[in-house]
Amino acid sequence: MPSYIIRRLLLLIPTVFVALSFLFFLFFLLPGDPVDLIVGGADRTVDPGVIARARARYGLDDPILVQFKDYWLRTLRWDLGESFLNGRSVNELLGERAVNSARLSVWAIIIEIIVGITVGLISAIKRYSIADKLTTIGTAAAAAVPVFVLGFVFQYLFAVYPNQHNWPEWARLRTSRLGPDEWFLFFIPQGEQWRYLILPALTLACVSTALAARMMRGSMLEVLQADYMRTARSKGLTERAIVVRHGLRNALIPVVTLIGLDFGTVIGAAVLTETVFSWPGLGFTIADAVGDRDLPVILGLTLVVVIVYALVNLLVDISYAWFDPRIRLGERGKS
Amino acid sequence: MTVIEPTGPSAATSAEPGVLQLGEAKPLRTEVWRRFRKNKLAVAGLIFLMLVILAAIFADLIAPYGFTDRPLPRTYRAGPSGAHWFGTDAIGRDLFSRIVYGARVSLKVGILATSLSLTIGILLGAVAGYFGGWLDTLAMRLTDVFLAIPYIILAVAIATLFGRSENSIIIVLGLTGWLAIVRIVRATFLSLKQLEYVEAARALGFGRWRIITRHVLPNALQPIIVYGTISVGTAILAEAALSFLGVGPQDPTPAWGLMVAQGKGDLVSASHLLFFPGAAIFLTVLAFVLVGDGLRDALDPKMR
Repeated sequence: MPSYIIRRLLLLIPTVFVALSFLFFLFFLLPGDPVDLIVGGADRTVDPGVIARARARYGLDDPILVQFKDYWLRTLRWDLGESFLNGRSVNELLGERAVNSARLSVWAIIIEIIVGITVGLISAIKRYSIADKLTTIGTAAAAAVPVFVLGFVFQYLFAVYPNQHNWPEWARLRTSRLGPDEWFLFFIPQGEQWRYLILPALTLACVSTALAARMMRGSMLEVLQADYMRTARSKGLTERAIVVRHGLRNALIPVVTLIGLDFGTVIGAAVLTETVFSWPGLGFTIADAVGDRDLPVILGLTLVVVIVYALVNLLVDISYAWFDPRIRLGERGKS
Repeated sequence: MTVIEPTGPSAATSAEPGVLQLGEAKPLRTEVWRRFRKNKLAVAGLIFLMLVILAAIFADLIAPYGFTDRPLPRTYRAGPSGAHWFGTDAIGRDLFSRIVYGARVSLKVGILATSLSLTIGILLGAVAGYFGGWLDTLAMRLTDVFLAIPYIILAVAIATLFGRSENSIIIVLGLTGWLAIVRIVRATFLSLKQLEYVEAARALGFGRWRIITRHVLPNALQPIIVYGTISVGTAILAEAALSFLGVGPQDPTPAWGLMVAQGKGDLVSASHLLFFPGAAIFLTVLAFVLVGDGLRDALDPKMR
């Protein structure tokens, strides 16, 4: 097992390297000149001396391969450079924004796991009931709804409408921004903060919760027909013990894979959710930086997202062994 | 893995006495349609899709105004009324007409982008799965690298590179959408190539190309069809998201995602500007997902 983890961690290095190098060259091909951005807007006529100094300062004069080498040397020292737009250190920006994204995604994942697994489980056990049919329709709908539209619907229903109709103060949620930024134990909102958190967290959780519920239902239906479930029943175990101890644990394996694989979707949804709610997290910042062609910010934040993404997938693979002792990690020769 | 069983004349049971009569063999198409019809949600999705397709084809006849027209008397951000079913937008254009024309944009982007990614995905997946070896390793490593970049960042970056138009968004979605298809096609090919009938074809001396296209691919089509249907919906959703983020088609183009983005400032005062195009995206994507799900159940021999 440890050797497997080490091998996977080593494999991470070339993947991250190629992925970021690809983005680096992609952004060099983009139309427009980053110097315009540094010296302040393409429309302004700027003293050529200023442009030349800006170029020299950021190394934009150098051949692309030299810039590429410098970029990686800096990155290896964990110096992510500074924003073309406002000269802020990307490391600093990262520290500030990553925290906000982490808080939002922790809540989205909590919602996904609790709601997704419960709904899928109930839907599988009570197959063909009304609850099951509603789940089927609901999950299909949640998978099809555009994240940003959902965000606006939530804003309208829980913030705009209550405000227009003078609902009691406790029932009015907030449409955007971070709020007072008060947290207990890092991620538990305090005071007014929950009014700002709840809508983006629900929006972000929606799509992946639906996928998890769908997967849980399918997987549980398959497990319920397995021979060992009949054995468990014939042993005279209670229905509860059968479902929880024998069914749930086996049915969770594909769901865990999905939650891990789905992390990419969560990142995509996070970019949209954070944009809709002006939540100052990584996704919001990356989307902004792409629009501005702020290369150091994009590459710096993407580096972190790519690494986190890869680590999550590794964790998912390791968790298989916990759920299913038959799986031995690190054995070669299986597809 | 499921393989489409041979139906048609060759599989028909002989009518000799004493042999179990299994009933007349029906063409697969009829069988699939019969099972598809039983799924009410899938049929509802199909009907809605027909409506969207008709709206796209006959947009000129259905829409009361052109998508750039600003009909008189001008009303701005007006709510739904008899004259303007879905109201008017910030510069006085008829929202209903724009949404009807928007069906063209969405379907064009969805279908062409999916065709492009299917082509790349099938070629790469077939080569990787059938030949194996270093080709397989290379294709899978390439897929891993692209999967390591969050999809939306990749798409936004490439979209910025290709400029803001319908055609460039098709290329962007086509170039980023093949990752899942490669995996599906490869897995199917890996299991199919070991079957006896492929071995038989090889023993008959058929070339690799012929075996891949005539013997393996047709049996691998089922998951491809299902995934392809759903991914038209996904492509429409992605197009809307990119338009919303400001890297999709530009203003006069009646792209639904762009309309939502343009309406977002009016959430408080004129929320219909945002919700009508939003609902159009939602219902169209939902229809593709429902039809895809229905096809999967209908094509799966285990469900018979």
